[in-house]
Amino acid sequence: MSADSVTFIFLNAAIVNNFVLAMFLGICPFLGVSAKRETAWSMGLAVIFVMLVSSICSYGINWMLKLFEIEYLRLICYIAVIASAVQLVEMTMKKYSPALFRALGIFLPLITTNCAILGVALFQTSREYSFTQSIAFSLGAGVGFTIALMLMAGLRQHLELAKVPSVSQGAALTMMLAGLLSLAFMGFAGLGAQYG
Amino acid sequence: MATLPDRQEQVTLDTFLRGLWQENPVFVMLLGMCPVLAVTNSAINALAMGLASTFVLVASNSLVSMLRHFIPKQVRIATYIIIIATFVTMVDYAIQAISLDLYNALGAFIQLIVVNCMILGRAEAYASKQPLGATIINGLGIGAGFTLALLSLGAVREILGAGSLFGIMLFGENFQPWVVMILPPGGFFVLGAWLLIFAWFRQRQQQRLSDVGVAQHER
Amino acid sequence: MSQNGISQTPVNTALTYSMLRTLGLVATLSGLLVVLSYRITLPIIEENKRLAIERALFKVIPGAVSRQDFVLSDDGIHTDQQDVKGTTLYAGYDQTGRLKGVALEAAAAGYQDVIRILYGYDPYCQCIRGIDVLKMAETPGIGDKIAKDDEFLNNFTALEARADASGSGLEHAIVPVKHGSKSEAWQIDSISGATISSKAIARMLNDSSQRVVPIIQQHLSVIEAAL
Repeated sequence: MSADSVTFIFLNAAIVNNFVLAMFLGICPFLGVSAKRETAWSMGLAVIFVMLVSSICSYGINWMLKLFEIEYLRLICYIAVIASAVQLVEMTMKKYSPALFRALGIFLPLITTNCAILGVALFQTSREYSFTQSIAFSLGAGVGFTIALMLMAGLRQHLELAKVPSVSQGAALTMMLAGLLSLAFMGFAGLGAQYG
Repeated sequence: MATLPDRQEQVTLDTFLRGLWQENPVFVMLLGMCPVLAVTNSAINALAMGLASTFVLVASNSLVSMLRHFIPKQVRIATYIIIIATFVTMVDYAIQAISLDLYNALGAFIQLIVVNCMILGRAEAYASKQPLGATIINGLGIGAGFTLALLSLGAVREILGAGSLFGIMLFGENFQPWVVMILPPGGFFVLGAWLLIFAWFRQRQQQRLSDVGVAQHER
Repeated sequence: MSQNGISQTPVNTALTYSMLRTLGLVATLSGLLVVLSYRITLPIIEENKRLAIERALFKVIPGAVSRQDFVLSDDGIHTDQQDVKGTTLYAGYDQTGRLKGVALEAAAAGYQDVIRILYGYDPYCQCIRGIDVLKMAETPGIGDKIAKDDEFLNNFTALEARADASGSGLEHAIVPVKHGSKSEAWQIDSISGATISSKAIARMLNDSSQRVVPIIQQHLSVIEAAL
């Protein structure tokens, strides 16, 4: 049982141990969707929602697995739940916001293989968070992911107008930028510790 | 449903070598990036992750290839995911049995192999269409390319950030390690540098090919 | 049979059957493989864990050569035969069977992730004799000094953790102080530049010992009589 407060967990997941910049989760969509601010924002919102849903479901599943002592099925169950949650979000989005659905294109089903979502489920299990702590954790992780994505999108949109050597265009440049962002975020160490 | 007839591939050395260079999963196809950054803070971790991922890739793709005629299109992704998750769980227990220290060092990233886009991508694009032999060879090639990419990052980060390689100290007492290299920003910087080098090589390769093409055209 | 998405043909029962059959088959195969690998590796993993615990144990309880496990709960100390829920308490004995000390796990959030340690407590001197960092993800070269820096580890050769008169906590709380300003036996000299990691150690030791030291002192006879 972790004794950390929900505020600390939220701040920690969103900023201090940002999922993308410190924990290296969610790099694939980070590279793919961070070119434009609008798509970055939509992806971020979708990820927050999916993370929240998966977190709640994972908590329930873990409780059941412990009850029947079949913890070795944990990974398979988690990934099944995440895939279903993404499917749900996809269908909801298709029905209520088709323009958004088209804008996100291939990226929506790719959230399934987004290590950040599975990462949320795995970390909250290994740290033995309670239900409220898990909610705070998944929200923090999603918000942090969105922050990182938006920052990167803003930077890349500005760089479209700059002269960049052709060899570094694309992934190499994004990585360098991410490194700088990551370095900057290291300065947040200890934030929220007074709530801990 | 109209699909192109499956083009059965002849197994050649190219089937294996493609995964190392032209279709290198990390540097060219930009797949499976998360573990590349996270576990490459030392060479031994990088090697272990590479081997574990290769095992899951080859095993799951082989199973997919063997069952490819029996899996209906509608449930194929779900089936692939179950198969991959099974092998990842097996690897997870295997590593715990081999070395608890290694297991703690790799952490959650062993279980995160299941969402490595490289594995699911290969299952969908290749294993579901090709026979078993080609799938195994290609899987080994991709896995080798992945492991090499991980090692190239892990070695550089460990040498610069800790002054050692595979735990063996390379420099003397006075070496001041470049600590940022084993921290998250270092991972991004080193990967960015490698991507740059790779892109530069490929650009030169294409330049040479187009020069040859122009020369032949002018003749 | 083409599907253009607008008019749905009735669900093809043969297709449904084949989908269910495939999923069922794959799930069964998957279950078999997972259970098999779990059962095969379980004894090896248990052995690895045992070795790891004992290595840490004999490090934090100087002089111990054998061990016995207990369960510490709010109402006392029980042998692990009895089915009681609580924290695992490891007791270390020397060759003659005399109690040398006890050890428990403690954990708290550090800089990067949770830090988990095993600490050894000597009930006769009422002090902590040593710590061993089991799991941490602190900054290499800075935060990871909590496991490697001899000067920091010296804090724990005789860190006072005396039960107070009322038996409900410690007489003096274990607190971290700035590097170089340690003046009392219950203070921990922090590592300069790694205050968060040092504070985490202090916090987990304080939280844990406030809770367990009174219970250990009250039920010492249970542990002493074990071997």
